[in-house]
Amino acid sequence: MLIYLGFGALVIALLTALFGVVAAVYATRSGGKAANWLESARRSMVISFPLLTVALLCLAALLALGDFQVQFVYSVTSRAMPLHLKVSALWGGQAGSLLFWCWLLAAFLLAAAQRTWAQEQDMLPYMVIVGQITLAFFLGLIILIENPFARFWLLPNGEQVAAVFQPRVALPLLPPDGRGLNPLLRHPGMILHPPMLYLGFVAYVIPFALAVAALITGRSDDAWIRAARRWVLIAWLFLSLGLILGARWAYDVLGWGGYWGWDPVEIAALMPWLSSTAFLHSMVIQERRGLFKRWNVVLIIITYALVILGTFLTRSGVLSSVHAFAQSAIGPLFFAFIAAVLMISLGLLLWRWNALRAEGEVHSLLSREAFFLFNNFLFMGVLAVCLWGVLFPLVSELIGGQRITVGPPFYERAIAPLFGALMFLMAAAPLSAWKRSTFRSLAGTGWKPAVASLFVPAVSLVFGVRNPVALIGLWLAGMVVIFSLYEYGRAVVLRRRRTGQRWITALWTLAGSNRRRYGGYIIHLGMALMALGIIGIELFQAETQGTLAQGESLRLRDYNITYRSLAVFDTSDLRYVVRAAIGVEKDGVLLGELHPRVDYYYDSEQQVTVPAVRATLLDDLYVVLVDWEPISLQAATFKVYDNPLVSWLWIGALVFVVGVMVALWPQKDEEG
Amino acid sequence: MLDGQSNRLGVLFLAWVFGLGLIFLVSERAAAQERTPYPSDDAVNAVAKQLYCPVCENVSLDVCPTRACAEWRELIRQKLAEGWDVEQIRAYFAAQYGDRVLAEPPRRGINWLIYLFPPLFLLGGILVVYRVLRRAPSISPEVEPHVPDETDQRYLTLVEEELKRRK
Repeated sequence: MLIYLGFGALVIALLTALFGVVAAVYATRSGGKAANWLESARRSMVISFPLLTVALLCLAALLALGDFQVQFVYSVTSRAMPLHLKVSALWGGQAGSLLFWCWLLAAFLLAAAQRTWAQEQDMLPYMVIVGQITLAFFLGLIILIENPFARFWLLPNGEQVAAVFQPRVALPLLPPDGRGLNPLLRHPGMILHPPMLYLGFVAYVIPFALAVAALITGRSDDAWIRAARRWVLIAWLFLSLGLILGARWAYDVLGWGGYWGWDPVEIAALMPWLSSTAFLHSMVIQERRGLFKRWNVVLIIITYALVILGTFLTRSGVLSSVHAFAQSAIGPLFFAFIAAVLMISLGLLLWRWNALRAEGEVHSLLSREAFFLFNNFLFMGVLAVCLWGVLFPLVSELIGGQRITVGPPFYERAIAPLFGALMFLMAAAPLSAWKRSTFRSLAGTGWKPAVASLFVPAVSLVFGVRNPVALIGLWLAGMVVIFSLYEYGRAVVLRRRRTGQRWITALWTLAGSNRRRYGGYIIHLGMALMALGIIGIELFQAETQGTLAQGESLRLRDYNITYRSLAVFDTSDLRYVVRAAIGVEKDGVLLGELHPRVDYYYDSEQQVTVPAVRATLLDDLYVVLVDWEPISLQAATFKVYDNPLVSWLWIGALVFVVGVMVALWPQKDEEG
Repeated sequence: MLDGQSNRLGVLFLAWVFGLGLIFLVSERAAAQERTPYPSDDAVNAVAKQLYCPVCENVSLDVCPTRACAEWRELIRQKLAEGWDVEQIRAYFAAQYGDRVLAEPPRRGINWLIYLFPPLFLLGGILVVYRVLRRAPSISPEVEPHVPDETDQRYLTLVEEELKRRK
């Protein structure tokens, strides 16, 4: 029953999306009845959401009930899994995650349909066309290729097949238990990471649809930018959260002492973030100065194409990666869709090329808009390196027949200087003025914080930092913090003088007076703190490994870890756990006990290394149980990392998210 | 008879000398091995970090938890104990399992494309930025009349008010 209900809802949702496209096309053509057709098209976006909610709830219920005849349920759940994991397994496999993608898209389309379109009425039909075509494409993939409601059937010749409806003369096949969720995905970070990432990905469909609508209607004003601004920020927030949670998951679960491995699928999620970050800066220039109109359209097209490419890379398995559990044969369709998106949207851009001429010029090399131009150049540079690094193995395999790896050294070498330059811009740009800014005026404003920022490398030198790259990195991070605080502080002082407010009130109300600007400053602060964490772990990480008999110790920097005991036991959720107890001392003082472990999952026959971490603001002690003597348990091998400053990566991420929330919060009309 | 006996003695003497030499060589080799420190886990991991697991997906050999990778780490240890250096071990793994085990493509043939692209893109980007800025009517380092935007105007008004109040 649930299967038919869910599948039926999917089919009706597909038909509704297609109807919406047809109605929107009619709305642009038929004179007198255009309003009726347009309303029908709008309602198609409204109705998709409840339909897909029904489909999603049916699948969630099947997962919770453990109906293992359903292929998807069998492949991602097992009887022993707790209920919350069974439900979150919805996005633990190919078919379910595509359905989840569609449901989120339908939610965003519903929200877009509910907004007031009074000033952009002419754009609405094209918005519907783009949104519903995207939805129809994904629903088509689900219904025809990756159906989450397909069931196992046994043919008379003994062959097993998966189909929604019972093939003639086939018998239902009912596996007694499922294969269980990939153990790596049974972590809180991974429960939240995919939905956040998908929310980010999907939300970019709306700004892209608005840009296409603006191109088709020939509107050269910044109406689409104004309409898209909030959507882009929402998408950017979720994508950022997805990336951060993914990094935390990697740190907590993968057990290699790091948070980012330059894996192709990680990069696939980072790329739309880079292009949309460039867009977030560039769109301000269009709003303020009427510049970069063509470039903004290009950026949003690139972002959307990268979103589809990211989904394609994650879902198709075309690239080797740790995420390759989601491989399937949907690659060529995705590829064709991306090609069609690029050809059509870039064709439209060329069509409107002259209409999108800039309304002015960049007057000064040191003006705010020039800084934003440099910012875009740098973000595009990072993006180009990432894209090339991801695609080159495919090129190499296609041309040379040789499979190669493009690993961290390539990315780090190419990207580190670009990030350094971005940090410098983050510090300096807020001090520059729009239109005209000179070196003298910039130096006049910025010399005090510039001098103050030199204390950061000076203090670092005193504390023994000798690595020149680290000194430059710390100086740049310090510059961002000091310049941002200086700029904010100046504004607070002026506000206090003008209004007589208390310090706290002035601090609070100033942020509320221009949320986009001050939200941006907070985001920059978050980035600087994250940079501090990255510099710490990337340049100062230390590691050692050793096999210890009980009572023996291993030393790393000021830490001394002592192997105390090893426990082996089964758990009620069908795990075989090997758990070590190690004592941790620092400078001779006992700090406590850590418990690194290895979990072996009986249902999926996979094991997961769970590191033990002792985190402080100064450093993380990160211990991994590598191996052990299986019977006597008298000796075990441990890998120990000391990760300086890495906590600041997570603190910076929190500050970053707060900044985005401030920027997103609806602006009051005028400051108080 | 005597000749035969002396010959036998001669052979026995030679065998004794040879045996003694053999024992000396073996013990010397064992002593030499004893003197060479057995490569530590850290020494092995330093090399393994530069190699990717030949069978897993994008996992470096030093952290890969599979049994196969543990054996490859032991192979690295063995090679280090035999006196191989990092480059020799990397070349050995690349020859055995293909270039995909290297963290970066070797600089030859088509692989040069990956290294040439970033600087070429940088140059192209600089050219584009230069063209955009060149279109400006006058890019001058001199102080131009500043045309403040709305926010800056508000800010300037505040400053002016403050200055008036101080006067």
